[in-house]
Amino acid sequence: MNIREIMRPNKRNAWLAFAALALLLLVLPFATDALLGRGWVRIVDFALLYIMLALGLNIVVGYAGLLDLGYVAFFAVGAYTYALLSSPQFGLHLPFWIVLPIGALLACVFGALLGAPTLKLRGDYLAIVTLGFGEIIRIFLNNLNAPINITNGPQGISQIDAIRIAEFSFGRSHELFGLTLPSVHLYYYLFLALTLLVVFVSLRLQDSRIGRAWMAIREDEVAAAAMGINTRNIKLLAFAMGATFGGVAGGLFAGFQGFVSPESFSLMESIMILCMVVLGGMGNIGGVVLGGVLLVVLPEALRNGAGPAQQALFGNTLIDPESLRMLLFGVALIVVMLWRPAGLWPSSQRQRELEAQDGAAQQEQDTVYDASK
Amino acid sequence: MEILLQQIINGLVQGSVYALVALGYTMVYGILGLINFAHGEVVMVGAMVALVVIKALLASALSPVLVLLLSLLAAVSVCMALGYGIERIAYRPLRHAPRLAPLITAIGVSIVLQTLAMIIWGREYHAFPQLLPNVAHSLGGAVINEVQIAIVLVAVLVMLALLLLVHRTRLGRAMRAVAENPAAAALMGVNINGVISTTFMLGSALAALAGIMVSANYGIVHYYMGFMLGLKAFTAAVLGGIGNLRGAMLGGVMLGLIESLGAGYSGELTGGVFGSNYQDVFAFIVLIAVLIFRPSGLLGERVAERA
Repeated sequence: MNIREIMRPNKRNAWLAFAALALLLLVLPFATDALLGRGWVRIVDFALLYIMLALGLNIVVGYAGLLDLGYVAFFAVGAYTYALLSSPQFGLHLPFWIVLPIGALLACVFGALLGAPTLKLRGDYLAIVTLGFGEIIRIFLNNLNAPINITNGPQGISQIDAIRIAEFSFGRSHELFGLTLPSVHLYYYLFLALTLLVVFVSLRLQDSRIGRAWMAIREDEVAAAAMGINTRNIKLLAFAMGATFGGVAGGLFAGFQGFVSPESFSLMESIMILCMVVLGGMGNIGGVVLGGVLLVVLPEALRNGAGPAQQALFGNTLIDPESLRMLLFGVALIVVMLWRPAGLWPSSQRQRELEAQDGAAQQEQDTVYDASK
Repeated sequence: MEILLQQIINGLVQGSVYALVALGYTMVYGILGLINFAHGEVVMVGAMVALVVIKALLASALSPVLVLLLSLLAAVSVCMALGYGIERIAYRPLRHAPRLAPLITAIGVSIVLQTLAMIIWGREYHAFPQLLPNVAHSLGGAVINEVQIAIVLVAVLVMLALLLLVHRTRLGRAMRAVAENPAAAALMGVNINGVISTTFMLGSALAALAGIMVSANYGIVHYYMGFMLGLKAFTAAVLGGIGNLRGAMLGGVMLGLIESLGAGYSGELTGGVFGSNYQDVFAFIVLIAVLIFRPSGLLGERVAERA
C-alpha cells in the first residue's frame, strides 16, 4: 500500500491522520520514557534498526522473491566496518559520515559477491547457500584474531566511538530548544530519520521500473526474461541493494551499541529478520514495518510481563520467564501464520491473488496441494 | 597415513548420522516441497526420550541390550507421534498458503520444541550412559570402537530397508506417485494425507535413531543439539540433491568426510592460518562450489523451469 492510495479517498482526513502520525513519532521517545522508563526507549531504537534491516531484506525476499537466510552477514559487515575504523582496535577514529558509506559500500560488494555465484540457483538451493554464506562470515569474524588480530575473535570489539556529526556527539545528552535530550532520544531521532529515508527509497523502488522487474522475476523468471528483463543484472541489483541497507543498519548498530561481537550475527538473527518480513506481510512496506515493531517489542513485553503474570495466576513462578518468553514467542509465530498465511498486512496485490479461486497463486503452488480439493 | 585413515573413519561415522537425518528432510521435501525446519529438534527429542528411558531402566535387572532396544522403541514411537503432530498442526493447514508461510511455522515449532526441552530437561549437558562395553579396535593404525562400527552398520541397513520400502512396496509406490504429481495420485485413489503423514512419521523415526546414535557416539545429550545437526543434515540433503533419497545418503557421507578431512588437514595445508575452527567454512564452501557446477545437487535431476 502506498501513501498516495491511502490519501486518495478523503484528502483532508488523510492529512490529519498523517499529521497525527508525525506528532506521535516526534513525542514517542518522551512518552515511552515517561510511561515505561528509559530502557524502553532503547528498545524502540532497536525496533527502528530492525525495521531498516527488515526493509532491506524485503527487497530481496519480498520484491525479488529470492529466499535469503544469511542476511545478517551484511549487517555484520556494516557493523564490523564501523567498529574497526572507529575504535581503539586499530587506533582509528574516522568520522561517522565517512565510515557509514564505507560500510554500506562494502556490504554492497559482499551482496554482489554472494549474488554472483548463486544466480543459477532456485528456491531452496539459494536458501541453503545464503545460509552457508552467513555462517562463513560469522566463523571468520569469530576466528580472525589469529595469526593477526583483526576482529578480536569471540570477545568482539568494544569502546566503539559513538556516532558524531561534526562536534555533535550522539553519545551524550544535549540541551536543545530548552529540552534535555538524553543519548537514547538523540539516537531515536537519527534512526527515525534514516528509517523514513529507507521507507521512502523502498516506496519509490516499488513503483519504479526496477521494482516492477523484481516482481516480474518473483512471479515468473522465464516470462520476465522473455519480456526483455536482464534477469542476471536485476537479481544482482536486488542482492546488492538489500545488502546496502543491511550495511547501513549495521554501522548504526555498532555506533549505538558501542560494542560488537560475532554472537550478534548468528543464524537465529537472520531467521528473526526473515520472520519480520514474512509475518508482517511480504512485499508490503507497512506490513514489514509492523512485523519489525512486533518482533522487537513482543519478546521484550513478554520478558517483562511473563514473570508477574505467572505470579498473579498461579501464585508462584512455575516456569522461568526467559523460557516462557521463548515458548510464547514460538507459539505466536505458529498461530499468526495459521491465522493469516499471507502475513498480518499483506500487499493488496498478493491478497487478490490469494483470493482468486483458480488464479496464478493456485498454479504457483503446484507442489503444495490438498487432497480434499 | 594413520591420521588420514582415522579422519576417514570419523567422517564416515558422522556422515552416517547426517545421512539418516538428511533422509527425513529429503523425503518431506520430495513430497511437499517444504523445508521441515523442525526436523533437527525431532532428533533432539529422540535422544532425550531415549535418555529418560535408559535412566529409568538402568536400576532394573534388565540386560543392557534390552534396555537399549526399549529406549529405541520409546524414542521412535514418541518421535513418530511428534512428526505426525507437527505435520497436522503446522503444515497441513498451510498447504495452499504462500510458500514461506510453512517455513515460519516450522521455525515456530522448532523454537517451541527447543524451549520445551529446556524447561523439562534443563540447560545442562546430560551424560548419555554407556550401556554396552565399548571396545576399541585398531585398524591399520587408526582406532575404531564398537559403537562407531554399530552406527555405520545400522545406518547402512536402515538405508537399504528404506530404499526397499520406497521402490518395492505399495506404500513406496504411493509415496513416489504423490511426489511426482499429487493431483494425479489422488485421482488414482492414493490417500494423499495418509501418505504424507506416513512420510513424516518415517522421517521422524529415522531422526530418533540418529539422535540415539549421535548421543551414544559423543556420550552427551543437550537441548540445543538438534539445531546444528539439523542444519548440517539439511546441507547434506541439498548437496546430494534435495528430494532424492540416494542423494541424501551420498550428501550425508560426503559432508561428514569433508568436515573431518577439512578439520584434520586445513591447519597443515595453510601453515596454521586456518585451523580446525574453520571446519564449517570448508563444508559450506564445498557446498557452494558443488552448487555452482550442479545447481540441483550431485544426484538431483535437472528440474525444468515450470515443470
